Amino acid sequence: MATISNTTGLAPIVQGRIRVALIGCNHRTAPVELRERVAFTSEQALDAADGLRRQGILEEAVVLSTCNRSELYGVPADPAAAVTDAMEDFLTSYHRVPRADLTGRIYRWVGPDAVRHLFRVAAGLDSMLLGEAEILGQLRAAYGQALEHGATGPVLNRAFQGALEVGKRVRAETEVGARPMSVALAGVKLAERVFGSLKGRAALIVGAGAVAEQVVEHLRNRGIGRVRVVNRSPERAAELAQQIGGEAVPWESLAGALGAPDIIVTSVSATEPILTRAMLERALAAREDKPIFVVDLGVPRNVAAEAAGLYNLYLYNIDDLGEIVEQNKRAREAEIPRAEAIIAEHVAKFETWRATLEAGSILDDLRSRFREHREILLRERLAEMKHLSPEEHERLASITEELIERVLDDPAQRLRKNQSMRSHLGAIEALRHLFGLDDSGEKSRK
Amino acid sequence: MASHLQYLSLALYAASFVCYLRFLYVSNPWAGRSGTLLLAAGILVQYFALLQRSHGAHSVPYDDLYGSMSLFAWLLGVTYLGLELFHRQRTVGAFVTLLLVVWIAALDLLAPNQVLEAPLARGALFDLHITLNTWAYAAFALAFVLSLVYLVQDRVLRSRHPSATFWRFPALDVLDRMSRSSVWVGLATLGVGVLIALIWERGLVGAFSWLDPKVIVTVAILAVYIAYLRLSRSPGWRGARAAMVCALNFVIVLFSYTVVNLYLTRFHHF
Repeated sequence: MATISNTTGLAPIVQGRIRVALIGCNHRTAPVELRERVAFTSEQALDAADGLRRQGILEEAVVLSTCNRSELYGVPADPAAAVTDAMEDFLTSYHRVPRADLTGRIYRWVGPDAVRHLFRVAAGLDSMLLGEAEILGQLRAAYGQALEHGATGPVLNRAFQGALEVGKRVRAETEVGARPMSVALAGVKLAERVFGSLKGRAALIVGAGAVAEQVVEHLRNRGIGRVRVVNRSPERAAELAQQIGGEAVPWESLAGALGAPDIIVTSVSATEPILTRAMLERALAAREDKPIFVVDLGVPRNVAAEAAGLYNLYLYNIDDLGEIVEQNKRAREAEIPRAEAIIAEHVAKFETWRATLEAGSILDDLRSRFREHREILLRERLAEMKHLSPEEHERLASITEELIERVLDDPAQRLRKNQSMRSHLGAIEALRHLFGLDDSGEKSRK
Repeated sequence: MASHLQYLSLALYAASFVCYLRFLYVSNPWAGRSGTLLLAAGILVQYFALLQRSHGAHSVPYDDLYGSMSLFAWLLGVTYLGLELFHRQRTVGAFVTLLLVVWIAALDLLAPNQVLEAPLARGALFDLHITLNTWAYAAFALAFVLSLVYLVQDRVLRSRHPSATFWRFPALDVLDRMSRSSVWVGLATLGVGVLIALIWERGLVGAFSWLDPKVIVTVAILAVYIAYLRLSRSPGWRGARAAMVCALNFVIVLFSYTVVNLYLTRFHHF
């Protein structure tokens, strides 16, 4: 019986036979050059999961591989073995990476800590961009693929379904996943605060910087209507317009083009503002004072600062957006304790379920052990009692079977009713040791 | 005097407020849906409370302060629920339900033990007139709340320092449309209500009391809200300025509902 410490904040856990084990590396522990070398394609992920099970390292396996992490999750086939060593050996041999290259780059967790890590990944707490939503989809895809392939079993199913629930809860109940974390998205989200849905709205892109392209991408995702592109270089304007399905407008027509769009994004290298207060005033008048949302991504600024005072014109420059992103980042970080509380709750739930499973498995093992003894005893004793008829043999067999069931009935009932089986794990393991069930477990596995 | 049903409706509105507030803070869709369901339940229960009261009075409960204010709160809830379903926008729910809770709780402080006396029998047309006019006041109150939220949201957007709850607030465009819808409801109910009063009084005495202060103020209310609808689509006014006009218009509604009712009119004490 092994008692290990853990980082979940729960009482020390007595490790049973059913455990989740994990090894992996992520953006915090390994540079991109190394992460590339141990990454899995989706086909490789399935192949690796098969390999881990075929080689008898794991009974259940899921491989999660994204641009920021490669992780192997599993349930050890042999509870007594140093499973994470075997998993690491597998990883290095699969990718033909010298083990020395991974030294200090790999993290290993077993038991509740592995589950907690999985839940933190699902919640986006372990992501490079705190609370990002993409990881939940990647996790769902990796698990779905393994499930469909038959690589998972009850333990990993429970763990990954719990992880998906944690991911959803954390995003629904905390601010960890809320609020934009990039300048481009912040600009678009602010425009939504003015116009509501951006579907069918018109946008004008002045200049063709990288961030402006990101803004256009977000606008496109939200069903923006007409997009026009103005650039000093007509070729670049035509290129970007074609890329985004918009329309190129000559630089000379910039002033005239200002009256139509609801959203203007500027990203031009210029020493002087290219949009003056007077130009925007005329644009507003042409729109009968319908609001215009302006995102100025230029440095130096492309829009005259005085324009900010115009009625129904909402102007945000790169510093304003940067400040909002920083503020959002702080707000997300402040939500981490609430997310951790949700994770702790689900880890505790998982552990309770695991303990119940452990207790159930010991009853099955006990039943098998009693039956083995009964068979031997009946064989020996019945050989001495030759005067008994076959019907009497049958009767004896049936009575002894009933005896076993009666002996095990009480603990089975208690198990069904007991909600805090987790605290009895130590006793369960002691029982297993007392009856020598560890050996029988090995036998049955083999 | 408050009934058990009235207390139950108050509890449901309070629970709805908590759910809407949670929805505003963490954007949990279930919290929003629960807010809507609890509000609908509160409205239903308050309807039965009003019905109970009207059975005692044999008319719509408008003759006493408690009944009148209770009817106002109920119609405010009904109007908001309609707008929420029409515009599919729940983020204003917290403000409206808070107003409902404060309003109904204030009833028990202002008129806790008012004994209902049977009013003069004035007929169904008159009851409809009062109900529609009260509904108009409730709709204008809702437009007032929406305009205030608009002004706050506009101010935050202009300051370029959005706060935590800012991201949950409805968009300016949505607030503007909801406010206009609410004013349309108010104008329609007030217009029909006045028309019914005209028919009722003409049938009774053969004339209409045009010079009664309540009538004059009501015409002024119709005029200022029609002006708002016009201004909210006019250059130079659309947006925050129109929202300001809408918010200020409500001062006249309050004046009509309080000062005019209590001190100026000869017979419009409802």
